[in-house]
Amino acid sequence: MEKTQEAVLETIYQKCTANGDNIITALQQMQNEFGYVQEEAVNWYAERTNIPASRFYGVVTFYAQFHLQPRGKNIITVCQGTVCHVKGATRIIEKIREDIKLKEGQKTTKDMKFTLETVNCVGACSIAPVVIVNEKVFGKQSPTKIAQNLKPYKE
Amino acid sequence: MNSEITVNVCLGTGGIAAGADMVMEAFRQEFESAGVKNASVQEHCKLHKVGCRGFCARDVLVDVTKGDNTWTYQYIQPEMVKRIVKDHVVDDKPITEWLVGDDYHTFHDNQTKIILADLGKIDPESIEEYLGVGGYTAAKKALTEMSPVEVIETMKKSGLRGRGGAGFPTGLKWSFCAANQADERYIICNADEGDPGAFMDRSVIEGNPHAVLEGMIIGAYAIGATHGYVYIRAEYPLAVNRLYIALDHAREKGFLGKKLFGTSFDFDIKVKLGAGAFVCGEETALIASIEGERGMPRAKPPFPANKGLWGKPTIINNVETLANIPPIINKGAEWFASIGSEKSKGTKVIALTGKIRNTGLIEIPMGTPLKDIIFNIGGGIEGDKLFKAVQTGGPSGGCIPQQHIDLPVDYEGLKSVGSMMGSGGMVVLDETDCMVNISKFFLEFTQSESCGKCVPCRIGTKRLLEILTRITEGNGKKGDIELLQTLAEDVRDSSLCGLGMSAPNPVISTIKYFRHEYEAHINHKKCPAKVCNKLLTFFIREDMCVGCGMCAKACSVSAITGEKKKPHHIDSSVCIKCGSCFDACKFSAVLKE
Ligand SMILES: Cc1cc2nc3c(=O)[nH]c(=O)nc-3n(C[C@H](O)[C@H](O)[C@H](O)COP(=O)(O)O)c2cc1C
Ligand code: SF4
Ligand code: SF4
Ligand code: FES
Ligand code: FES
Repeated sequence: MEKTQEAVLETIYQKCTANGDNIITALQQMQNEFGYVQEEAVNWYAERTNIPASRFYGVVTFYAQFHLQPRGKNIITVCQGTVCHVKGATRIIEKIREDIKLKEGQKTTKDMKFTLETVNCVGACSIAPVVIVNEKVFGKQSPTKIAQNLKPYKE
Repeated sequence: MNSEITVNVCLGTGGIAAGADMVMEAFRQEFESAGVKNASVQEHCKLHKVGCRGFCARDVLVDVTKGDNTWTYQYIQPEMVKRIVKDHVVDDKPITEWLVGDDYHTFHDNQTKIILADLGKIDPESIEEYLGVGGYTAAKKALTEMSPVEVIETMKKSGLRGRGGAGFPTGLKWSFCAANQADERYIICNADEGDPGAFMDRSVIEGNPHAVLEGMIIGAYAIGATHGYVYIRAEYPLAVNRLYIALDHAREKGFLGKKLFGTSFDFDIKVKLGAGAFVCGEETALIASIEGERGMPRAKPPFPANKGLWGKPTIINNVETLANIPPIINKGAEWFASIGSEKSKGTKVIALTGKIRNTGLIEIPMGTPLKDIIFNIGGGIEGDKLFKAVQTGGPSGGCIPQQHIDLPVDYEGLKSVGSMMGSGGMVVLDETDCMVNISKFFLEFTQSESCGKCVPCRIGTKRLLEILTRITEGNGKKGDIELLQTLAEDVRDSSLCGLGMSAPNPVISTIKYFRHEYEAHINHKKCPAKVCNKLLTFFIREDMCVGCGMCAKACSVSAITGEKKKPHHIDSSVCIKCGSCFDACKFSAVLKE
């Protein structure tokens, strides 16, 4: 592992675990720093804290927030909550997959430009269907509208 | 220009999604440039950001207040601001065609607002404004004039019941916790709001975070807790941000920390971000999650009120429950008990959504008939469609059909028809919604959110989902309905926590009221609402088709052929029934049956 990465992990250790914070918080910090939870980072951290790596793995796989794979530059999150579902979220997802050329079973495009994820309700149901690109919330979407809205992110 | 002018811009999540940041900026710039010509504009105009007022579908909403009069504009975009400032603010001529219509007023006038009263009026990032509407007077009153026992008695007398789902009496729960001998106790605000289709708690924290904090301070005093947590979803970045701001301001004012209001009572609050698991809304799972573990429920008893966080007596209350507490302390238990129905007191905030004209966040007295909510406040069904059902209680609830439209909405009423209050989401469904599909949708949710600790929930939801899937794909068998019913009852009766116990509700209630739809799928391989694609045939009406070729372009398996400007044709032996052509055709020439 690179020295800089170790330094980052050490900072997280000092800030979180040494302060009595739990492993969820430590993992959230790691993900913030590296974009996803890296196996080698967890192994290093497990050794540093004397907590078995399996416990980290158990937590990471339990919560939807954690990612074990690197994610693309732009994160497209489609709401799949009840309201967005009855207002056509499925067709929006299909359209996006086609638009960014995602293959069956893939979440991230080959060029690492986009990752497509879903979420169960972002609490903006009165403007359903909702798609979030990075931090920006797009309400009242349709397959055509979202394709339009994704254009600027493709450059 | 005669009087003071205030311009309110909605900066709730809905407002921001519709461009409220840019609208706000446009006002700021206009005020500055208009100020050059008219010095008084800048001086007398107050630009003000407010939280959600419930009608997010009309955002960006902007109020212009001059003296005692307020005008509300809807669907405002940055480029419209210039004219509002020029015509209305400077020249006193409101732009009537941009103002909200009568429906905006019927939407609001039919509500009773306790929790939402100050939402959309005060700036959620300013403690001064909360103080301006009587904020923290209840906490001061409770801590300096009342004993903890008196506070608990007031809660008991008010009849307040938990708004997080189960409806357990708040005062009683507090008294259980206070009765324990313990060196330490905790109070936790449950802001996990994992129900898809619910956004009450998010809006309250975004629009009036101090009300929740004040409720927590009073609760902490009543049970003797010195530490509190707010467990909030990380998917709510704006709410989280405003919560942090509110906590900082409350600490600066000395409302949190040591020796609150000059008493010997110490209390402070920490924020814990949920990591995305629905089951963590369940009390014991939430506690496990705060402790840094996988959020798995455990058997109760012992209840958290006796043995909770780090093994100490712990009270967990919902956001809305807590926001009810300051008004109860200020206005009294009798006042609160006078609102609502016999067994459910006060109001309920409801996220009214789906196929309805006026979607949004509303607050009604408990016991209000369903009909009034949907047809008065909600303005009826969107388009010319027919009402089919209303889904309440999220994945734990059920679907209520037309025949129960007069039902009073309170804990008992909803339970009597096989649904539940849950956190207060209400999704209206119309004739184009397939009830088997809805039931499958909820099972997909509960199946993937099941924590896997107990067998009935882990495997039972999976089997239920498999059966529902095969029904919607045209492979349903005779006897599937009965199989679903028996299995659903087994899962309900033998699961460990509320997730598993209530997961079958959508299945049970849709079979009860919409059995004919299940039968149509199974026996006739038809989806009456035309939702389940696998059961439909797609074809093109020659007389409607203009030959634009959009459908052929959309079809990924090249099932559509036809010359330009001539009617197209679908080869049903190639068609995979994806529905893309139906969406692509702008002339409604693609039909499904
Ligand atoms: C699966 C599951 C999810 C829940 N999710 C929430 C939630 O998101 N918010 C909430 O306040 N209560 C939720 N509850 C209910 C809580 O367990 C608890 O009863 C409630 O927070 C107590 O607060 P109250 O008495 O103020 O209602 C959930 C329960 C279950 C079984
Ligand atoms: S009922 Fe489901 S969610 Fe609850 S403990 Fe059992 S498996 Fe977990
Ligand atoms: S439903 Fe899908 S596969 Fe069938 S014709 Fe239309 S676009 Fe092609
Ligand atoms: S269901 Fe999509 S925002 Fe709530
Ligand atoms: S966010 Fe603007 S009214 Fe709800």
